[in-house]
Amino acid sequence: MSTATASRPPAPTGLVWRQFDHWRARWRRTWRGSAITNFVLPVLYLLAMGVGLGAYVDSGGARASLGGTDYLDFIAPGLLATAVMQNAVGASTWPVMGAIKWDKTYHAMIATPLRTRDILIGNLGLIAARLTLTAAVFWVVLVIFGVAVLPWAVLAVPAGVLVGLAHSTPLFAFAAWLERETGFMLFYRIGVVPMFLFSGAFFPVSQLPDPLEWLAQVMPLYHGVELVRGLTLGTPDLLADLGHVAYLALWCGVGFLLADRALARRLGG
Amino acid sequence: MGAQSVEQAAAGPVEAPVEALVEARNLRKSYGALEAVRGIDVTVRRGEAFGFLGPNGAGKSSTMRMIAAVSPASGGSLRVLGMDPGAEGPAIRSRLGVCPQDNTLDSELTVRENLLVYGRFFGLSRAEVARRADELLRFVQLTDKAGSRVDDLSGGLKRRLTVARSLINNPELLILDEPTTGLDPQARHLLWDRLFRLKQQGTTLLLTTHYMDEAEQLCDRLVIIDEGVIVAEGSPAQLIRDHSSREVCELRFGVDDHAGVAARLHHLGERVEVLPDRVLVYAEDGEAVAAAVHEMGLSARSTLVRRSTLEDVFLRLTGRSLAD
Ligand SMILES: Nc1ncnc2c1ncn2[C@@H]1O[C@H](COP(=O)(O)OP(=O)(O)O)[C@@H](O)[C@H]1O
Ligand SMILES: [Mg+2]
Repeated sequence: MSTATASRPPAPTGLVWRQFDHWRARWRRTWRGSAITNFVLPVLYLLAMGVGLGAYVDSGGARASLGGTDYLDFIAPGLLATAVMQNAVGASTWPVMGAIKWDKTYHAMIATPLRTRDILIGNLGLIAARLTLTAAVFWVVLVIFGVAVLPWAVLAVPAGVLVGLAHSTPLFAFAAWLERETGFMLFYRIGVVPMFLFSGAFFPVSQLPDPLEWLAQVMPLYHGVELVRGLTLGTPDLLADLGHVAYLALWCGVGFLLADRALARRLGG
Repeated sequence: MGAQSVEQAAAGPVEAPVEALVEARNLRKSYGALEAVRGIDVTVRRGEAFGFLGPNGAGKSSTMRMIAAVSPASGGSLRVLGMDPGAEGPAIRSRLGVCPQDNTLDSELTVRENLLVYGRFFGLSRAEVARRADELLRFVQLTDKAGSRVDDLSGGLKRRLTVARSLINNPELLILDEPTTGLDPQARHLLWDRLFRLKQQGTTLLLTTHYMDEAEQLCDRLVIIDEGVIVAEGSPAQLIRDHSSREVCELRFGVDDHAGVAARLHHLGERVEVLPDRVLVYAEDGEAVAAAVHEMGLSARSTLVRRSTLEDVFLRLTGRSLAD
């Protein structure tokens, strides 16, 4: 028997890398389509809201409350942050439940030397790649519209990815814990949509009544919008931005720990 | 003896080959309050085909998942390939092949891609997985489907792909959880033929089934499991010898009350079983039973004489039929 050619004993480190071909094969099926959507949607948004709506807003004398910027400049970086957030929601909910419940690909993966944490890290790697594509394509659109001010604006892309991951890891935990997909619909309606509208992307949260303003400020997206806006427009407030980065990193970290536990429980029952 | 120890010394420390690939003692699994596996003892030896025969819900899959080092045991002890699944899961899993009850194939990838990416999880090089993938596609006769999407495959082809995938790392122990459930007879026979070849090549097989014919065809030894406990163990022939007669006479009468008729048949065989639609008389000579029934003036609507099977053993031991 040729059992001698069987696989080598696993080194605990390389286990994440062994998934590279797997995630690459899945990514290959979708990246072109998502790159196009990622380009077309921001262009439409910026034309309609930034340029169209912006003409009214600017002529109405709202500059002061927008921090002295055009409406297009105000809204465009916020839209980048919300686009990455929505992408993170899409990538961390249904596909995760599918890999547990429908296709059961995670179950296939844990039958190999991979451990649940390796799978979590590998899948987050794919999500990070998707988020990078979304942020980078959106960023190119911002450059075309003349919104981005270099060199700070370059950092808007990694900042955008951080915003996405701050949503991805807790949602991954949610998806790994949730029994039925109806929970996603509910979350989308009462979570994603209000967050999208009220996290300071379209108007400053200071316009909200106080309790709602505080609520908005607890949301990671608010910090993402503020961070990305300052960087994109070349006017970062370094101390505040450090706070935003730390807060987003906290969401990433706590989310990761929760996802790790939820996935281990769900797969290792 | 001497030469062997010199060889071993020259090759450096060599792990002694484990002969008991699976050793379970009083193994248990609970899901909350539900006890799915209630203390089983099993030893699977290298090179044999070992089966778990039992009805749905008996605890077969729960046991397979513990042995496959993906689900922790709730009690008792378990060694797989000489190692502890709780502590050395990745090392154990790198040497197992697992064909789970559900196929768990990646429907977004092609047939061949499913094998390629899976082989990489075991740390095999791209060149090696490519070679193995093509070899295994030939082995399960899926070469012409290599580029197809998994979604487009029939149930039988998906199962063959899952078996091929479980072999990508050249496993020492192949675990098959209900390998042919839901397949049509032709697909089952093809799969049995492949599994039989693997067995001939020396791969140790551990399989579960609720088909007694599958157990009889493939298993050197098996346990019959019911409600989380093992009710009998042995080779198929041994089990039949120990727990049933050589032959069975199946009688269907045109009456509702088979029990009433059965009461008059007890003297004809070693044992009589009453099923909703028929009476089974267990005896060394089934034809003689049939003739005696005829002489008694009882006209059976149909009479069938056959050899005892594992189904009869299960009925004897649990009072129920496997298909329930
Ligand atoms: N993950 C699980 N959570 C809760 N109960 C389970 C789980 N898996 C199996 N069971 C229950 O355990 C019992 C044995 O199931 P299983 O091991 O799948 O049996 P079999 O494979 O012989 O059909 C059944 O009652 C089943 O419902
Ligand atoms: Mg089962």
